[in-house]
Amino acid sequence: MTSPSSTRASVLDDLRRRATNIREHALRMAAVQGQGYVAQALDIADVLSVAYFSQLNYRADDPAWEGRDRFLLSIGHYAIALYAALIEAGIIPLEELETYGSDDSRLPMSGMAHYTPGMEITGGSLGHGLPIAIGMCLRLKRKGSSPFVYNLLSDGELDEGATWEAALSAAHWQLDNLIAIVDVNNQQADGPSTRMLGFEPLADKWQAFGWHTQRVDGNDIDAVLSAFETARAVTEKKPRIVICDTKMGKGVPFLEAREKSHFIRVDDHEWAEALRVLRAGETPGETQ
Amino acid sequence: MNAPRLKTSAMIASIAAEGQRTVAAPFGNTLARIAQTRPGIVGLSADLSKYTDLHIFAEAHPDRFYQMGMAEQLLFAAAAGMAREGLTPFATTYAVFASRRAYDFIYMAIAEDNLDVKIVCALPGLTTGYGPSHQATEDLAIFRGVPNLTIIDPCDALEIEQATEAIADHKGPVYMRLLRGKVPLLLDEYGYKFEIGKAKLVRDGKDVLFVTSGLLTMRALEAAEMLKKERIDVAVLHVPTIKPLDEATILAEFGRGGRLNIVAENHTVIGGLGEAVLAAAMRKGHPAPIRQIGLPDAFLDAGALPTLHDRYGISTAALAARVKSWL
Repeated sequence: MTSPSSTRASVLDDLRRRATNIREHALRMAAVQGQGYVAQALDIADVLSVAYFSQLNYRADDPAWEGRDRFLLSIGHYAIALYAALIEAGIIPLEELETYGSDDSRLPMSGMAHYTPGMEITGGSLGHGLPIAIGMCLRLKRKGSSPFVYNLLSDGELDEGATWEAALSAAHWQLDNLIAIVDVNNQQADGPSTRMLGFEPLADKWQAFGWHTQRVDGNDIDAVLSAFETARAVTEKKPRIVICDTKMGKGVPFLEAREKSHFIRVDDHEWAEALRVLRAGETPGETQ
Repeated sequence: MNAPRLKTSAMIASIAAEGQRTVAAPFGNTLARIAQTRPGIVGLSADLSKYTDLHIFAEAHPDRFYQMGMAEQLLFAAAAGMAREGLTPFATTYAVFASRRAYDFIYMAIAEDNLDVKIVCALPGLTTGYGPSHQATEDLAIFRGVPNLTIIDPCDALEIEQATEAIADHKGPVYMRLLRGKVPLLLDEYGYKFEIGKAKLVRDGKDVLFVTSGLLTMRALEAAEMLKKERIDVAVLHVPTIKPLDEATILAEFGRGGRLNIVAENHTVIGGLGEAVLAAAMRKGHPAPIRQIGLPDAFLDAGALPTLHDRYGISTAALAARVKSWL
């Protein structure tokens, strides 16, 4: 959490630095495999930075601390992104990065709760996070507890019926301790999400379902921070959602340019180039 | 990035071993071809056409392909609706999502009315190291409970080609496990021909009888070659149709006697080919013991597929070792 005396500019600088580190960790993990869901990790790094280095209450040395804000990764294939954030947060040791996706590792390719500290739920099959969050929120509210439950889902996941069952339920129960985040990068397995199963106008839909709704550029850390702060602060007895429009591969222009980036293969020398480009593009103080 | 590469885990599992003959996308290519003479065939997928080789059909027949998005209950219910209107829909996703997420819709919307929907699913049993969310360890057990449903577990590219055509012409719902991408080819060497509902003795032998389906038929044939070098003579009875089960052929082979009998499957030991065969044998009073090889009743590890196949006893080496330990 930021100290009261930090200026917003220095807070944003720090968040951008953290986001760059998250991107770097993700690239290094993907290099271990030679392939993976790294474009997603790059696009969501700004959101994870804001979450883990400004908004969430947690204890790095006690990831199961009762009073923590819960961060649910409904999108199991984004495990690479969450691991990068957890490494940056000191919850997973940096040395384990090289074990990503390998035998007997605590960092499997698809996020699973009992494998990894800081991984709240098991993903892989999409559309689970939001319904699970409903249950957590109900219990926390009944106990009078103050933690928030965040759930990160993807635009592809909006195709799953369970997402909308949960959307109805959250508003029905007035779960004002629930904050959903949707990564709208317009890519899923078979192609651009809007062409697979169109979901626009998306903000209108969530609003109609009774959620406090915001939609921002998910790669503009200033905008993301403001939205997250608002999501926590509003007093309406409604669940909150922050829809984040992001760019696949953000931070590495030659990966951003790839048309099919849901699951990408990269050559050895390209990883080194990606890291170089990422570092070269890092300009503290500027909006990314 | 100077650390040594540990074994990797890959979602897109390649079953083919080094140097094995393969055929590219036998399902997708066959469906595209046979659709030319069968106007009722349409294809649908829940955001996995590229991962089930259906994209090949989609490219060949774009007006007959429907992308339903990542919505499996919708996929199968819509397929049921199309079948009601006279079409023959081939609907694809991963085996885990059909058997778990969409089960009620397959059971009630498709099977209960005996509709002509073909449910074709990739990543059967343990064919990915991605973890339990994608390892369809119990799909056969789940689907065996559905009346009217024909269940096929094909072995190789040749069988997938032949089975795709056979199920297109079969009236009624079908669940077929699928291998995709570069699929191994071996049954052509055995003069094999697929028939729905028929078990076939692909290889005869006097010491050991393997009763197998799908991937494990391939592994059993490989194990047979390995064991031949140690003068152990292995027979392989391939049972591609899990339901209805060809009990007559299976029991006749058990009845020949004098062999170590083993049922082996790329599936949990609960409720699949193994228990189906054991139940049939028990009902008919077959006297000799039958050993069972299959995945354990557990949530399987994530990791590299070769590691997992060894760990869970369904690699070729593991099969051969079990045979020797039992003889």
